[in-house]
Amino acid sequence: MNFAVLQFPASNCDQDAIHAVRVLGHSARYVWHKDSSLGDADAVIVPGGFSYGDYLRCGAIARFSPVMQAVKQFADNGGLVIGICNGFQILTEAGLLPGALIRNRSLQFRCEHIFLKTITHDSPFTCNIPQGKLLRVPIAHGEGCFFADAETIARLRAGNQILWQYVNSEGELTDDANPNGAVENIAGICNDRRNVAGLMPHPERACEAMLGSDDGRLIFDSMIRSLQSKTTAKAA
Amino acid sequence: MTEPTITPELVQKHNLTPDEYAKIVEILGRTPSYTELGVFSVMWSEHCSYKNTRPLLKTFPTKSPKILVGAGEENAGIIDIGDGLAIAFKIESHNHPSAVEPFQGAATGVGGIVRDIFTMGARPVCAINSLRFGPITNGSASAPAEGADSAIANRKSEIANNKRLFSGVVSGIAHYGNCFGIPTIAGEVYFDKSYEGNPLVNAFCLGVLRHEQIARGAAKGIDNPVFYVGPATGRDGLAGAAFASQDLTEESAEQQRGAVQVGDPFMEKLVCEACLELLATGAVAGIQDMGAAGLTCSTCETAARAGTGIEIELDKVPQRAPNMSSYEIMLSESQERMLIIVHKGREEEVKRIFDKWDLPWSEVGFVTDTGRMVVKHHGQVVADIPAKKLADEAPIYHREAAEPAYLAEVRAFRLDGIADTTDPVPQLKALLAWPSIASKNWVYRQYDHMVRDNTIVCPGSDAAVLRIKSDSLPEASNGQTVPDKFIAMTVDCNGAYVYLDPYEGGKIAVAEACRNLACSGATPLGATDNLNMPSPLKPELFWQIKESVRGLAEGCQAFNAPVTGGNCSLYNQSPNGPIDPTPTVAIVGLIEKPEHITTQWFKDEGDAIILLGDAVDTADPLQGLGGSAFLQVVHGKKTGSPPRCDLDKARALHEAVRSLIYGGSIKSAHDCSEGGLAACLAESCISQQVARETPRLIGADIDLSTIKDVRLDALLFGETQSRVVVTASPVNAGKIVAQAKILGVTATVIGKVGGDKLAIKTAGGAWSWPVAELHDSWWHAIANAMR
Repeated sequence: MNFAVLQFPASNCDQDAIHAVRVLGHSARYVWHKDSSLGDADAVIVPGGFSYGDYLRCGAIARFSPVMQAVKQFADNGGLVIGICNGFQILTEAGLLPGALIRNRSLQFRCEHIFLKTITHDSPFTCNIPQGKLLRVPIAHGEGCFFADAETIARLRAGNQILWQYVNSEGELTDDANPNGAVENIAGICNDRRNVAGLMPHPERACEAMLGSDDGRLIFDSMIRSLQSKTTAKAA
Repeated sequence: MTEPTITPELVQKHNLTPDEYAKIVEILGRTPSYTELGVFSVMWSEHCSYKNTRPLLKTFPTKSPKILVGAGEENAGIIDIGDGLAIAFKIESHNHPSAVEPFQGAATGVGGIVRDIFTMGARPVCAINSLRFGPITNGSASAPAEGADSAIANRKSEIANNKRLFSGVVSGIAHYGNCFGIPTIAGEVYFDKSYEGNPLVNAFCLGVLRHEQIARGAAKGIDNPVFYVGPATGRDGLAGAAFASQDLTEESAEQQRGAVQVGDPFMEKLVCEACLELLATGAVAGIQDMGAAGLTCSTCETAARAGTGIEIELDKVPQRAPNMSSYEIMLSESQERMLIIVHKGREEEVKRIFDKWDLPWSEVGFVTDTGRMVVKHHGQVVADIPAKKLADEAPIYHREAAEPAYLAEVRAFRLDGIADTTDPVPQLKALLAWPSIASKNWVYRQYDHMVRDNTIVCPGSDAAVLRIKSDSLPEASNGQTVPDKFIAMTVDCNGAYVYLDPYEGGKIAVAEACRNLACSGATPLGATDNLNMPSPLKPELFWQIKESVRGLAEGCQAFNAPVTGGNCSLYNQSPNGPIDPTPTVAIVGLIEKPEHITTQWFKDEGDAIILLGDAVDTADPLQGLGGSAFLQVVHGKKTGSPPRCDLDKARALHEAVRSLIYGGSIKSAHDCSEGGLAACLAESCISQQVARETPRLIGADIDLSTIKDVRLDALLFGETQSRVVVTASPVNAGKIVAQAKILGVTATVIGKVGGDKLAIKTAGGAWSWPVAELHDSWWHAIANAMR
C-alpha cells in the first residue's frame, strides 16, 4: 500500500510516520504542503508536529494549505485519512472531524505511555485490533484535551464514532488514566462515514518492540487490511 | 551618522579594561569606532574568548583516533562511531538569561546549541540538559530560626521565586525542543541554596552525520558570496555574550532584560531543514550560526578560520526594527540566523531552497583576501578589523589562585558529634523525597522524549539510550542505508562535592557519568564539559575552577573520554554569594550490540542481587558520608570531605560491569550515588514506569549483616564511590561473583529480588519499606512541591 505523509513546515513526526509504514513493509512518501495533489496514495497520514509553528491555534493555519484541499477531496471520495496528534488537530480545524483539541487540563505538555481501549472494531482503523486488547502507546502533546458539546458527544456515541478512550492498566475509564482532561477520556474518533480518523496518541512511535511497544502496528495493520479488502473487492 | 565618542567611561561600560583597550588601539593603529568597540567587547568577553580559562582548558585530554573534529576547532566536536558515521555534540550554558527571563532564557539556550550542531552538517537527533535551582521546599537544612516571622516570609518568597524559575526553565526547554521536534532524553536537576538567584541551565545537543558531510565554519574561497539566512535582525539580545560575562545583580537583571533573546523554534526547524538540504547540494563553502555575538562572531570567526577576510554591507541585512545602528546590527543576538558562504556561481541553489522553506535570505557580502573584517553601513566603513586578531588573540589571563579558607573546616569535620542512625525507615523516605534525588518525572514528562522513533531507554534510568538509524542522518546524494547504532548519554555533577573538594568533585563528576554509561552497557567515546563557576577574579574562587578542572581532566584521561568541546560560564554569583562550582560533564558512549542495552530496575522475582565494589570505604574517616545527601537532609549539614574517588578502582569497576553485561547474564545495573546503597536499591525497586500511573514495583530482600564495624548510616546512606548493584538469574550469581573477582572487583551477593517490600537486614537491626510507599514519596515529591 502507498501512504502519503503530509509535510507542513514544522511537521516533526512526518519522518516517524514514514519509518513506521516502512517497518510494516509498505511504502510511504512525503507530500509537501504546497502540493495540491496526493498522487496515487491509498491512504493519507496527517502527522504530528507543530505545523506553521501552531501559531494562532494548533492546526488553524494548516487547514488553509493547498494540500489540505486535496485531502478534503480525497476524503470526500472515501479515501482513508488518519490524523495523529497535530494531525488530529488539523483535521478538526479543517472540519473533517468534529470537536476540538484544547489545552491539557494540567496546562503542561505531557509525554508518557498511556493505555487505550478500543471502543469499536467497526472501522478501518480498528478492525484488526484483537477484542479486549489494550494498546500501550505514547502521547506527546500540550493541547490534546478533546472537547465537544454534549450534543456532538451524543452524536459521536450514537454513531459509534468514538474509536479509543484512555483507560488504566485494568481497562477502566478513570480520571487518573486521562492524561489531558479529554471529555469522556476520548483519545480518538472517526467521522460518520468512518474513513477519516484522528487520535492524540502516537501509534507510529509504537511499531517496534525495541521502542517499548509495538501495539501501534495494530492500527496501521487495520488500515492496511481494510485497504486490501477493498482492493480485493474491486478486483472481484 | 553620529556615534558616541570613545571615552574611558564608555570603554569601562563595555567591560573592557584599560589594558585591553590599549591592545585594541594597538591592533587597529587608531581609536576604534563605536561599532568596533562593541565588536571587540563581545568577542573579548569571557563567553566568546575564554580569556580567563583558556590556560586551564588546555589541560583537558582532547585526542583520540576517533576524533574527527577536535575541541576548539569548530562549533562542536565530532567523533567517529564506525561505518562512516559520526556524531557531533556539545553542551552550552544559558544561565544569566534564564535568571532574568527563565522561559526565553532556557528556550534560546536549546535553540543555540541545536544550531551549533546542524552548523556542523549534522542532523540534531537528541537533547539533554543539566539544571540547578534554589530549593523548592523548605527543607531542614535551610529553615530559619523559629519565631523569625520576617525571615520565614522572606524564605517563602525565595522558595516561590525558585519555583518560578524552575517551572519557567522547564517549560522553556519543553517549548523549544518539543516544537523543533528533538527528543529531550536525559538530564539532571539539583536544588541547592547556592543557586538561589543564579540558576544554571546547561543544554546539550547531539547530531549525526556521515564523515563526508562535515561542514566547516570557514569563509573559504576569495570572492565567494556571503549569505545571511533566517529571520530579520532586531534589537533583542543586544550584547548577550557580554552580559553573560558579568556578575548578576538585581540591577543588572533589570537593565539587561533586553539582552535576553526571544526564541522561535518553528523558525529554527525551518532553518535547520533548509540548511541540511542546502548542504546536501554541495553549494556551501562554509557555514556558521549567529549565536553569541551574532553577526560579529560569525563573520570574524569564519574569516579567521579560513585565513581570509570578509566584507559585509549592513544595509543588506534584513532588519526587523527601523533605524538600527551599525552597532546594534553587529551586536544583536536575534535568534535562528545563519551565515553561509556559498561557492560562487551556485547562488541560485541557496535562493531556491530558502524560498521553498519561505525563509528570508540576503546576499550580504563576499570573502576577501585581506584578512580583515570590513563592515559597511550607509556607504561608510564602520568597522575594519584584522579578523584573526579579533577572533583568536583576545588577551589571556593567568589568574591568581588561593585555597579558600572554608576548606580547613570542611577537612576537619568528623562524625564524632553525630549519633549513628537508629531509625533509617523515615530517613530513606526523606531522602527519596528530597527534590535532588526524587524522580524527575515532573520535568521529563513535559519534554517530548520519544519523537524521531529512536529513544530506546527513556529518562529515568542511569543513562538514556538512543538508536541511530538511516533516517537520523541528513539527506545525502548516495542515500545508502546504514546499520543501526546505539549510543548512551548522561550528564552529571554533584556541586556539593565540588564545593567541598573541587579536585575530588571534578573527578567524581566524570566517574559518575562513566559509571552511568557502564551500567547502560556503553563505552565512553567523548565528553563535553560546562564549567559553571563564580568570578575568576577572586583567587579563592579561581582556585575552585582550577582544581575542579584538574579533577575533570584526570577523570577524562582515566576513562578515555577526551573532551571535544564545551563551554565556560563564569561570574555565576548573585547578591547572596557565589554558586557552588559546578563543572557539569556530559559523556556519550557507544553500545556495541542492542542486546547489551541495560536498564537500572530489577526485572524478575528470585533474581540474585550482587553488589560490585566495596560496601563502605573504611579508609575514609567519614565512611562516604562527607558531603552526602544524608548529612544534608537528615542533619542539615553540607560539609565534610566528599568520598574519595580512586580512578583505577573506578576504571576496573566500569570494565567489569561492561564485561559482565557482554557476557549476557546481567539483567539490571544501577550505580550508587546520592543517597547511597539504600537509595540505589530503592530506585531499582521502584523506577520502572510501564505507563501513566502504572509503575512496575518489585521488592527485594537484602542481607548486609556480614558487614560489621561500620556505621549503619554509612552502610545505608554513605556515598562511597565505585559501587554498582547488578542482578542476574540465581544460577548465574556464582559465576558473576567469580568473574568480577578475576576482573579485580569485589563482588558480594547481598540478596534477592521479590515481594512487595524492600527489606534490609544489617548487623545492627532489620528494617523494611513497602515499595508502594517508597514509590509514592519518590515519584510525587517534585509535583507536590510545585503544586
